[in-house]
Amino acid sequence: MPDARLLEIENVSKHFGGILALTDVSLSIEKGEIYALIGPNGAGKTTLFNVITGIYKPDSGSFRMEGIDLSGKKPSMMAKSGIARTFQNIRLFSNMTALENVMTGRHCRSKSGIIGAIFRNGNNRTEEIETEEKAMHLLDYVGIRKHADMLAKNLSYGDQRRLEIARALATEPKLLALDEPAAGMNHSETDSLKGLLERIRSDGITILLIEHDMKLVMNLCDRLAVLDFGKKIAEGKPGDVSSNPLVIEAYLGGS
Amino acid sequence: MKTLAKYAIPAAILCILPFLIDAAFGKTWVRIVDFALLYVMLALGLNIVVGFAGLLDLGYVAFFAVGAYLYALLASPHFGLHLPFWLVLPLGAFAAGLFGILLGAPTLRLRGDYLAIVTLGFGEIIRIFLNNLNAPYNITGGPQGIDLIDPVRLGPWSFGHSVYAYYFLFLFFVLFTAFVSTRLQHSRIGRAWIAIREDEIAAEAMGIDTRNVKLLAFAMGASFGGLSGGLFAGFEGFVSPESFNLMESVMILCMVVLGGMGHIRGVIFGAILLSVLPEALRYVGPLQQSVFGRIYIDPSSLRMLLFGLALILVMLMRPAGLWPSPTRKRELSAKGETARHENTNVYDAGR
Repeated sequence: MPDARLLEIENVSKHFGGILALTDVSLSIEKGEIYALIGPNGAGKTTLFNVITGIYKPDSGSFRMEGIDLSGKKPSMMAKSGIARTFQNIRLFSNMTALENVMTGRHCRSKSGIIGAIFRNGNNRTEEIETEEKAMHLLDYVGIRKHADMLAKNLSYGDQRRLEIARALATEPKLLALDEPAAGMNHSETDSLKGLLERIRSDGITILLIEHDMKLVMNLCDRLAVLDFGKKIAEGKPGDVSSNPLVIEAYLGGS
Repeated sequence: MKTLAKYAIPAAILCILPFLIDAAFGKTWVRIVDFALLYVMLALGLNIVVGFAGLLDLGYVAFFAVGAYLYALLASPHFGLHLPFWLVLPLGAFAAGLFGILLGAPTLRLRGDYLAIVTLGFGEIIRIFLNNLNAPYNITGGPQGIDLIDPVRLGPWSFGHSVYAYYFLFLFFVLFTAFVSTRLQHSRIGRAWIAIREDEIAAEAMGIDTRNVKLLAFAMGASFGGLSGGLFAGFEGFVSPESFNLMESVMILCMVVLGGMGHIRGVIFGAILLSVLPEALRYVGPLQQSVFGRIYIDPSSLRMLLFGLALILVMLMRPAGLWPSPTRKRELSAKGETARHENTNVYDAGR
């Protein structure tokens, strides 16, 4: 039986000064699932995200992607190794068009350099055409093809979130890490986002999700982990986790 | 037929331009236009670093100096070397590119004001080196500089001191740098530069190795500066550290910002405007003489005053530059669209 594990995180710790943002967090994400990470504000969810996408280096512990140790590598290496992300506060390239944003996401899957750019030789032309076609396809996939030529900053909020997902998908990830994709969305936007995420999963991409919208998390994810004060306090199927007394205490405050 | 008109007419105008200028204003002005072309090359080079990659460089003139001095050292009686132009010029561009990496490598983590300070220091270091490397061995000629530099020579034909010959040579290189800039802008590398300018963390997270891509921007920009420097040395026949002071860097930066950062045509326009305008303002003195019968304000101080005033006015009224890129323009019109949209909504709600 092939190994079903895609990402294994082992005893990762990270502190900022005296604050322990993560303490010995271990979890493993299986291929093809939607795995959610929940917890109160300040629980360390985004810190864990930043560790596995290379923005922070873990103080101790390690994580492996399909058996390859990636801990402490640069963010660009993570993207090349198949981990793509979106940001909690949208970080698009504001003054580029939607299409250019997605084309930029193809950077690590293409290779023309200066010489190719100047002489526009055959390889370079084919690659540029391919880049543009794939980018257009992804805009279509997330449903904002009609805004391809708009500047990213002029898109509506929901469309900006979608564009971030398209840009992340352009790096051809195995694991798509989404940091609060539904934040600030209304009901119908959240519903269509749910449809999009299910479609991404059915196309074989594993999703790691941080989300505060419990209804969305419980309906969507296959498994989830709960973080509180930098520690993992529960992990499992949505039904089991939501009845876990530790989780209820973390969310509602214990006596 | 249409494309023919599109290219043939500007080409014809550019070809007869120096002769027209000579006929109308005299040879001095052809020389000023030659210098304007050198500035266009410099501005296009700096535009790669500042306009595309968003790295504020206040020491850009250092690369101009590297190109100029390399040419001077390898093609003058100073060392008795007289290497041909076609060899020295690419060498100068290459050396400047290496200096670009030398500057880029330690400043990779810096942005904005901090980067500006370091690059400013770098520019001064190069100038001070050039000023002092005349003892114990005389390498750069010190404050006296190097003179009697060989004029540009192609085969048996020397350019001598013909302002016309240099005009066409510089025009060729301007077209070359503009072409390279345009191609780079609309390429994988160009997109990566702009992405770094827009959001460095997001760019890195999308798989762009920001270290390499930034070094590439520094090297590319610097090599344009080196190219321009080599041409300058051949044209002037004389180089000294004085020509490469901070004011020059600031001037080139002004050309880029005033024209429209990141927009190639805007930058070319800015460079021509800012290199021709100060010269044109020299006529303010004689003008006073003829109107009032005497000179009230010293023309040299008035010249810089008017120049500064023009810069301030332009930045207040057109913060995106005189000729911003179409995307920037679209951004403004799109804002107008949203505002109109919002206004109608408010109107509807009020009914």
